[in-house]
Amino acid sequence: MADTDILINLEKISFFFPDGKRVLEDLDLCLNKGERLGLIGPNGSGKTTLFRVIMGLLKPTSGKLTIFGRDMIHKKDFTPVRQRVGLLFQDADDQLFNPTVLDDVAFGPLNQGKSPAEAKKISREILSSLGLEGFEDRITYKLSGGEKKLVSLATVLAMKPEVLLLDEPTTGLDVDTTKKIIHVLESIDVSSIIISHDMDFIQRTTGTIYGMVKGKILPDKGEYAHSHVHAHGHGEVPHTHSDISD
Amino acid sequence: MIINESFSEGNTFIHRLDPRVKLLAALLFSVVISVSSRFFPLFSALIIAFALLISARLPVKIVLLRLLFANLFIFLLWIFIPFSMKGETLAKIGPLIISKEGLYYCFLLTIKTNAILLILISLTATMPVFTLGRAMNSLGIPDKIVNLFIFSYRYIHAILLEYKRLKEAMAIRGFHPKTNMHTYRSYAYLVGMLIVKSHDRAERVHSAMICRGFRGKLYDLTEFSIKRTDFIFISIFILCLMVITLKQWPILIF
Repeated sequence: MADTDILINLEKISFFFPDGKRVLEDLDLCLNKGERLGLIGPNGSGKTTLFRVIMGLLKPTSGKLTIFGRDMIHKKDFTPVRQRVGLLFQDADDQLFNPTVLDDVAFGPLNQGKSPAEAKKISREILSSLGLEGFEDRITYKLSGGEKKLVSLATVLAMKPEVLLLDEPTTGLDVDTTKKIIHVLESIDVSSIIISHDMDFIQRTTGTIYGMVKGKILPDKGEYAHSHVHAHGHGEVPHTHSDISD
Repeated sequence: MIINESFSEGNTFIHRLDPRVKLLAALLFSVVISVSSRFFPLFSALIIAFALLISARLPVKIVLLRLLFANLFIFLLWIFIPFSMKGETLAKIGPLIISKEGLYYCFLLTIKTNAILLILISLTATMPVFTLGRAMNSLGIPDKIVNLFIFSYRYIHAILLEYKRLKEAMAIRGFHPKTNMHTYRSYAYLVGMLIVKSHDRAERVHSAMICRGFRGKLYDLTEFSIKRTDFIFISIFILCLMVITLKQWPILIF
């Protein structure tokens, strides 16, 4: 595969907290154009930290990080990256801070230098593509959990990212909202890395699934029979199933 | 809005004025009136403020309630100043002397405070707080101060909710505040936890903003535009201010 097709490449990335706790250890991961990676793993296995390293919110202790063909060394290297990579936070309350839905969705486009009129237009389009017409003037703080998650997704998609990083996008959501998110993800063509505990969700939305345990990526070893009545990859990694079959 | 911003929801000509014009008018008024010390300009200012309040069709009852809170502080001045200020004796209560000057001073102070409060309510409270921040920004207040202002406002409510949640969590495990070490310690933990949690939350929100391209400047969807009514309003407003303070010009200028 040509080098230009590699969007994000992590080589032997390690991240230790100041107290010596090892969160990521010699982690290798590569996201190619058009690829959808799934990451499953128990709490505390370093999944969220991995995303924070990719976005430049945390500086890795060692290793090499390349995004869009450029080595990420200094903080300012990440400024253009953040315009092209969208991260959906685990907690929607952290993502939404504007008074109204429209203001929040327009925040990213305005930061990208779009005029208020353009930003408004983009935001309206994104909201209606997510089935959120009429939500423009709703107060972000008063939305339900599922609505908050969808609006958060809209705020990220409004920036037209080339790469999507989703951190447990379905945790705490009901089946209908989960289905809606699956539908949205299936309808857009963006390379992505998705973290989830939900095996059914991650199988529907991603191509390759990696397990993550103690700061390391486990290779895909194929089907692994485990104590459920069914078998799929990474059966040895703790996970849950949601009933999202149509 | 999270905190009730009912005053900003009307649709009178005051509400439709450009936020920058309103902020500028309120600023001019406050400065001029706060340095005035004569009855005529202050009383006229109170009338102007009332006129604006009525044009903005704000709920009088709620406005008066807000004024009442501010006047509680003024009330304290009424208790002390008439006795402590030297001047012509008006009455004697035992060893205490009420001076005429003291009473007059309190009276003027009350008018002054209420006039400024009414102007602030009718001009700056008639726009959403986020818009007020933007207007401050466009009048030259630095980004950092505006951001501080907006985020304090936005998250005070979130901190309050967190406090309530923690308190409920304590209550459902049988916590009753008493005068003992356990109570003091628990409250100290509550406050400490609140600070730690707020700090973490602030970091996460900031991270999320950075990830969406935030670089220190807040943009906004509302577009400001100066209309003819804005011109007319600010012209008449400044003219009124000049007329009522006519006698004081020498003091203001020199």
